[in-house]
Amino acid sequence: MGEGQIDEALRTELQRQGVWVTSMQELYNWGRKNSIWPLQFGLACCAIEMIATAASRYDIARFGGEIFRPSPRQADLMIVAGTVTKKMAPQIVRLYNQMADPKYVISMGACAISGGPFKQGYNVLKGIDRYIPVDVYIPGCPPRPEALLHAFMELQRKIDEQKLTGADKAAHLDPEEPSEFPVPAFGKHDLEPPANPDVFQPPELKRV
Amino acid sequence: MNPNPYLFIVIFIAVALAFPLIPLALAWVWRRFFQPPKPGAEKNAIYECGVESIGEAHIQFRSQYYLYAIIFLIFDVETVFLVPFAVAFTGLPVGAFIAILIFLFLLVEGLVWAWGKGCLQWAR
Repeated sequence: MGEGQIDEALRTELQRQGVWVTSMQELYNWGRKNSIWPLQFGLACCAIEMIATAASRYDIARFGGEIFRPSPRQADLMIVAGTVTKKMAPQIVRLYNQMADPKYVISMGACAISGGPFKQGYNVLKGIDRYIPVDVYIPGCPPRPEALLHAFMELQRKIDEQKLTGADKAAHLDPEEPSEFPVPAFGKHDLEPPANPDVFQPPELKRV
Repeated sequence: MNPNPYLFIVIFIAVALAFPLIPLALAWVWRRFFQPPKPGAEKNAIYECGVESIGEAHIQFRSQYYLYAIIFLIFDVETVFLVPFAVAFTGLPVGAFIAILIFLFLLVEGLVWAWGKGCLQWAR
């Protein structure tokens, strides 16, 4: 049995007696996963679905994510909702850098994942994961609010599994892990660098 | 035993102080022992919607909007004082009457100034 874990049988036995047992890690993750504050910004049509998710019919407040913050200093989650143009990419990376740890990214929709239908466009970034680490990808064009809620729940599951201590502890607790990534700048033809080598390696092409 | 009637307020102040201070202290302890700070040039930079900030925040504004302030005082704030004055007019002593006249005179001065500047003309 690892650190921060409780014997399940003992726990259920204690719960039957009215004693609630938890660990620091569970309490910490429980608090974090139920109050994820997203950064309030949208890029394209996916943002409309994001707004619908926050509104009364889909009501992201049920998951503790209704507090859209207009400042990255107070936000935990960046929902990259829409087409990332090369004009916008430096701003997004800078906003990500300015968010306080721990921070998470949901790449919402085909455009944020890979450029989507505009992939061949001269000014469209072929995936925001070239510059910042993405936690959850949602396919769709645009994804329905249910899909965003699903991504939100997946992120909650991911947060719930993060370790407080040990070699595989969460990245924001490791002093060696970087908290900010280089912001691309406009070069002669394209953004420079075209990708951040720390988070993105282009797939190798193999001719057969 | 008869407790001091102000004891209630003392307890109230103590709870009001403890309520925000305890979570802040817990957050501080957490940050101190678990979460390493990761400051950086980008992270500590001024937040301006993701755009790099240009220049200083201490800039001088043009003072040409003072006319709006004068007109606002004359037509909005003055009314707030004039209505209770008018209601209590018959019961007022001479001193209060003179005080409100001085107040009116100051604002009428502003009205004359704004009129002279052509602020009351409709823009076409």
